[in-house]
Amino acid sequence: MFENLTTRLGAVFDKLTRRGALSEGDVDTALREVRVALLEADVALPVVKDFLASVRDKAVGQDVLKSVTPGQMVIKVVHDHLVEMLGGASVPINLAANPPVPIFMVGLQGSGKTTTTAKLGLWLSQRQKKKVLMASLDVRRPAAQEQLAVLGVQASVATLSIVPGEPPVAIAKRAIQTGLLEAYDVVLLDSAGRLHIDDAMMAEAEAVHAAVQPIETLLVADAMTGQDAVNVAQSFHARLRLTGIVLTRVDGDARGGAALSMRSVTGCPIKLIGSGEKLDALEVFHPDRIAGRILGMGDVVSLVEKASETIEEEDAKRLAAKIEKGQFDLDDMAKQFRQMRKMGGLEGLLGMLPGVAKVKKQLAQANVDENMLKRHEAIISSMTKGERKRPEIIKASRRQRIASGSGTSVQEVNRLLKQFFETQKMMKRVTKLGQKGLMRAGLPGMGGGGRPPGFPMR
Amino acid sequence: MASDGEKRGFFGRLKAGLSRSSSRLTQGISGIFTGRKLDQAMLDELEELLIAADLGPATAATVAKEFGRTRFGKDIGETEVREALAEEIAKILAPVAVPLSIDPARKPHVVLVVGVNGTGKTTTIGKLAKQLRDEGRMVMLCAGDTFRAAAIEQLKIWGERTGAAVIAREPGSSAAGLVYDAMVEAKAKGADVLVIDTAGRLHNKADLMAELDKVIRVIRKLDPEAPHSTLLTLDATTGQNAHAQVEIFQKTAPITGLIVTKLDGTARGGVLVALADRFKMPVNAIGVGEGVDDLRPFDPKDFARGLMGLED
Ligand SMILES: Nc1nc2c(ncn2[C@@H]2O[C@H](COP(=O)(O)OP(=O)(O)O)[C@@H](O)[C@H]2O)c(=O)[nH]1
Ligand SMILES: [Mg+2]
Repeated sequence: MFENLTTRLGAVFDKLTRRGALSEGDVDTALREVRVALLEADVALPVVKDFLASVRDKAVGQDVLKSVTPGQMVIKVVHDHLVEMLGGASVPINLAANPPVPIFMVGLQGSGKTTTTAKLGLWLSQRQKKKVLMASLDVRRPAAQEQLAVLGVQASVATLSIVPGEPPVAIAKRAIQTGLLEAYDVVLLDSAGRLHIDDAMMAEAEAVHAAVQPIETLLVADAMTGQDAVNVAQSFHARLRLTGIVLTRVDGDARGGAALSMRSVTGCPIKLIGSGEKLDALEVFHPDRIAGRILGMGDVVSLVEKASETIEEEDAKRLAAKIEKGQFDLDDMAKQFRQMRKMGGLEGLLGMLPGVAKVKKQLAQANVDENMLKRHEAIISSMTKGERKRPEIIKASRRQRIASGSGTSVQEVNRLLKQFFETQKMMKRVTKLGQKGLMRAGLPGMGGGGRPPGFPMR
Repeated sequence: MASDGEKRGFFGRLKAGLSRSSSRLTQGISGIFTGRKLDQAMLDELEELLIAADLGPATAATVAKEFGRTRFGKDIGETEVREALAEEIAKILAPVAVPLSIDPARKPHVVLVVGVNGTGKTTTIGKLAKQLRDEGRMVMLCAGDTFRAAAIEQLKIWGERTGAAVIAREPGSSAAGLVYDAMVEAKAKGADVLVIDTAGRLHNKADLMAELDKVIRVIRKLDPEAPHSTLLTLDATTGQNAHAQVEIFQKTAPITGLIVTKLDGTARGGVLVALADRFKMPVNAIGVGEGVDDLRPFDPKDFARGLMGLED
């Protein structure tokens, strides 16, 4: 139901002629579309306004890269700024304190606190080898404490015994006490969901905070949250001095604008994201992934960016000409491999595009990975110049020499050559379809299937 | 946004409503209040108010524009503008304000409750059980969320609170199998209403939606007309993703009504305005708290005033 920004801006910029730098007019026209995209992604209105004002300053007068359209250029500027505002590099959970390190989980009802607490418990105990104790301070929702206890068993993480009728602050203190006595590294405190305007409940959270002095106070928030995200984050931050945000249900299809809203009004980093119901579905936050999603276009931006950095237009033209003349040789193939590696390998390249999970899987099965690309490059560089130009002369003895020269096997050399001849054949076929057809037919050497759309190679 | 055809429905009605009431309104108000003229700045503010209430940029823009079209340049105070727009929105929502109705001829009337994780299914069932019990009905609850830890326990506590029998199995057992048993038992005991809880699921997970489909097929095996009511819980805090939730859930489940929960917070649930039009889906009730009495009828007027930031 949402048009993606690339399409939208495409339409806007079709009207504009190419020019050297982005004018105020270009930028304003484009930013109107960006505004709608951000609002549809649930970025809160005041945050959208600030964002547009600052990105406008950045965009006006920017030179448009040779290989991209003005529309793509604006997207790139917007995207870069968005990534920056989302917080650049990821910030780990802070454990730099005397054990047991108290971590306090807070948030609205139903935001996913309990599940996230258990996930974090599992994360810290498995990945960081910490001895973790979890305690639920939720004496409000029926069976909430039992829920954490069950999850504790599933994650093999200890939970504090449940004492019926014990109030939250007392539970928190007992958890820390137990943590001290039993030498736990970390104590995770799950809490009842509460509305940020529920004064009594917020006061209760403040009392817990005062009692245990948490090193981390993490706001757990749903990725589907709408405009209210700013109010929620602001209120929780004002009363509990948040240190980070955990965004849950990122495995849903919400655009996740709340991430930007909450990050902007609190200044707190988004530390982790929840990406599934299973307890190991907790991940480090990558701003660029969420940025592409908020803008509604996968990671096409980084693709444009990387491609514009790594592929030189002239090179591409030369290659195209060679292919047309049927002169594609092993040198060209090696160049393609290098290109692909520079762009983060196939995985990286494909990972940036929406809807390629299936292709990725197939590739994984076909064992196309970076190491393979490297080995193929090595094989080609062990050939003589003549061999590279005229691969058909490479017979058995030469294959043996190339294999030992590149530290690979004859089988691998055979495979590479077979792939090359197939590619050559395919290219001849494709050339008949003309330039466009070539671009769609796939990366040379990979047996087809996968030149990303919009790949700026002309 | 909805397709053009769907849009026309809503905005067509809005337009009709506006022109009907505009003369009355301007006559009534401009004489009494010495407000400023309705200008672009005021309309922009109005639009922003709507966006901040989660109506979504497209709906907010159209509503504000349409409002301006009929009243631009008229003398009108700021509060009056909001009042008038709230009234118009309330009119649009009025047709979807339909309470849940239980058919006493069914024994049991089967209510299936579905929705995304944490949106308030189980709590809503607890509150609903209380209402139905207060009406003197025999209510049974089925603890169909066999997945989430302690979800069964949670529903059992609501059963105790409200005097409704809870049919449950071991955690991790098949929801469809349990639902079958529950249908049989509710029938045998002559229950008036059977309310079936389900595990929360994200609508974009095909496997989980298939599981829901299976539950519905099992219900129909025993009563081809059941579930007689299928409720989708929507969290008022949710933004534009509510569109996808309704759209996709209704493909699998025969949704008959929405329950908007957590309206006791500051989220206004404005996405409902677009949803009401796009899906013509009744809003059966709203949740305004975690207590047993916190399920309320959906009052379009109150809701619309809330959207416009008007207190009662
Ligand atoms: N403030 C408020 N909280 C609610 C409301 N409805 C449900 N909740 C809370 O939201 C959380 C999730 O509810 P639950 O019924 O367990 O959701 P489920 O996963 O869909 O069954 C719980 O903490 C409930 O107490 C409501 O109308 N207002
Ligand atoms: Mg539940």
